[in-house]
This record gives sequence, structure tokens and C-alpha cells, in this order.
Amino acid sequence: MNEPIPEPAIQFRQVSYRFDGGTELLDNLDLDVRSGETLILLGKSGSGKTTTLKLINHLLVPTRGEIRVQGRSTRQWDPIRLRRSIGYAIQDVGLFPHFTVERNIGLVPEIEAWPQPRIRQRVEELMQLVGLDRQLAPRYPRELSGGQRQRVGVARALAADPPILLMDEPFGALDPVTRAQLQREFQALQQRLKKTVVFVTHDLREALLLGTRIALMENGRLIVTLTPEEFLHSKEPAVRLYIDAFGANGTGFS
Amino acid sequence: MNVLEFIAQNHIEVLELTVQHLWLVTVSIFLAVLIGIPLGILITRHPVLSKPILGGANIIQTIPSLALFGFLLPAPWIGARADRLAILALTLYALLPLIRNTSTGIAGVDRAVVEAGRGMGMTDRQLLLRVELPLALSVIIAGIRVAAVISVGLATIAAAIGAGGLGEYIFRGLAMVNNQVILAGAIPAALLAILADQVLGWLERRLTR
Repeated sequence: MNEPIPEPAIQFRQVSYRFDGGTELLDNLDLDVRSGETLILLGKSGSGKTTTLKLINHLLVPTRGEIRVQGRSTRQWDPIRLRRSIGYAIQDVGLFPHFTVERNIGLVPEIEAWPQPRIRQRVEELMQLVGLDRQLAPRYPRELSGGQRQRVGVARALAADPPILLMDEPFGALDPVTRAQLQREFQALQQRLKKTVVFVTHDLREALLLGTRIALMENGRLIVTLTPEEFLHSKEPAVRLYIDAFGANGTGFS
Repeated sequence: MNVLEFIAQNHIEVLELTVQHLWLVTVSIFLAVLIGIPLGILITRHPVLSKPILGGANIIQTIPSLALFGFLLPAPWIGARADRLAILALTLYALLPLIRNTSTGIAGVDRAVVEAGRGMGMTDRQLLLRVELPLALSVIIAGIRVAAVISVGLATIAAAIGAGGLGEYIFRGLAMVNNQVILAGAIPAALLAILADQVLGWLERRLTR
């Protein structure tokens, strides 16, 4: 008896995107994101990583091609429903400055009209999950440290327990020590939650640490999709270039 | 006789005119808020409308106030009573700061914050009411403050068409060539302007922490 092959959570089929009359930001992208994996979109600024991410939750509409999320084209999804079933975490600037930590985390449950007690319970659960002190609930984002804000961002993305998580350099604005700590915690969290994660970063070390697979992008094109192990040993010039730029010592791998 | 003596002797009339003045300003600012804020929101949603709407409000600003009062005089219903006319003119003048501050306030909200909200599945309405307007609030209230202070000053001219208010004293004093009488209108009007500014400033701090 054959194991049924699970359908990819997200599929890109010959997707191109260009800004009104501008240059092609994304060129003929074919990519599958498997259920439960952490796919890293790696590349320099302007390589098309964030564009790719925003196409998934329909913040951008492809110029050509199709993106299927859980088997259904993003054009067929009601964009509001689609987005509420996808967690979205961006750098700490995405937190609402006029909302307390509690309201920031409970945002999606709130707009989904969960009853108050259930929201409160869920927020408490999530704060514990991401390692935030309960005392911080009534604080505002500006009263938190960078690391705490990132935790709020991750908790907020997880609030309605979405099967898919999009993360756009969520640990980008952190000092190296806090960053390493949050990466480890994220890794542990992901082992428990088994979400489908698409994670944008330009940091090779982060990609190697967190990724199930790494998709290297350059100038709006997908160069290769490889596991971290394959990535390190790849002969592909673009991959070598990226690894050399970081320096073997810098990565801690050789 | 100095101003204070004049005011003391006529305190009932001064009070009446002050209340009348405040009434003209309050009603017209209220109407301007009711019209100006939705228009300000509208032009952030449909930038094509920005030019005609802001342009129109700008043109109104350039009409000298006395002339605007005169223009509106033949209007039906409105022209029938001086206070209606004064309120309409003051409302029109107050529109520009309200429309402009509402739209710049909303445009000034951090794009990343708005996009995060959209990305999490907030509807346009939810984004507007829960994110954009609250974050633009201080700029919008600043617009109301400007409009209120300007209105207190402009409302003195409403006396020229018989709408009453503290302008009565100013025009009367001008006719009598009596500075004390002019000041009896001008000083309470200036105090009203300061008061309006302070009250709205307090409100702004209260609402935006």
C-alpha cells in the first residue's frame, strides 16, 4: 500500500510579478512548500523574497501564473479568510503601537469575534509559549525590548493557530545574542507545532539553522532549492558566492 | 473709562455676546468635523479626488471673509437668518484644515503597521477604525484646533451681517472711534481663542495618552 503523498501546502506555478509598468520583481517562479516544513527564502535585498511572501497571502496579486494555498488558488480565496488562516510576522515595526501587548497578540481572535474569555485564555497561553512574562500584558510595544517585541510578533502570528506561518525577517532587528536565543526557541517551537513556515532572511547562518530547505533567490529568480546539507556542498556558483561572502569561519561550518 | 470698567458695567451684554460667539464657532466646527473628516478619509481612499476636494477647500480659504458673507446673503433658507449664514461661512472656512489634517494624518501612519494589519486579515473598515484613525488622531485634533482658533477670529466678522457675537463691539467701537469698546469685543474673543486651543490640546493629550 502506498503512502498518500501529501499535497504541498503552498504551490507557485510559473508566477511572475511586476509592479505597475515597472521591472519584473519576480520571474517565472515554480516552488512547492511542503506541509510542515520550514522553507527559507534566502537572498540579498531586492532578490524577490518579500515579494514572494506577500504573494502567498494575497497582499500582492501575481501578474502571471498562479499560487495555490492548501490546494486553492489565491484568486479564488476570499482574501480576508485566506489571511486569517495564515500567520504573518514581520519585523517588530509591524506591532500596533497603540495596542497593548495583550491586544496585539489577541488581534486575529478579536477580529474573528472570539468571546472575550477565550481570547484572554489564548493570549495567556501564547505568552507562555513564546516565553513572555505575564506582567507584560498591559504594556505597550514601545515599553518592551527588541527581543520582547519579536516574541509578541511571533505570538500574534500564532494566535488563531493557523496551519501556515509567513515570517519576514522576524529576528532581523536584534542583537546577535538575543537573535541566537530567539532562533533556538523558534526551532524548539517549530518542532512542537509543525507549522508550514515560509521564512525570509538574508542571513545564511539563520537559514542553515532553521531551514528544512533553503530556496536561494537572485534578481527575482529562484536559483536552487536545497536542504542545508546540500546547500553547503553545492557547486552552484550562486550558492558558492553566498557561502564565500559569509566566510566559512563566520558560519561555523566548513 | 477703561475697558475693564466698560466690561463690568455691561457684563450681561458681554456675556450674551460671548455665548453667541461660542455658539457660532461650536456649531460650525461641529459641522466641519462631520463633513471634513469623511472627506479627508475619502481622499486617502481615492487619491484622484484629492486635487478637486483640496483645491475646492483651498479656493474657499482665499475668498475674503466679508465677501463670502456677502455672497451667501442671497442664498435661500441660509440667507434668511444671519446666524445660519455665519455658521455656513465658518464651516466652509474650517473645512480645509480638517480635510488636510485627516488625510495627512492617515497618510502618515507607518505603512508597515497598516500592511501588518492587512496581512493578518483586517478588513478595510477594521483597518480604518482600529488602526489608521486612532494613529492619526493627534494630527486630526491638531487640525480641529487650528480650525477652532481661526473660527473664533473669523466669527467677529459675522457681526457685520448681523449674526451677533463679540464682533458687535468691534464694529460698534470702530463706528464710535472708541478703542475701549473695540477692546471689549477683542479681548474676550482672544480669550475664547486661547480657551478653545487649551481645551482641544487637553483633549488631544487625553485621547492619545
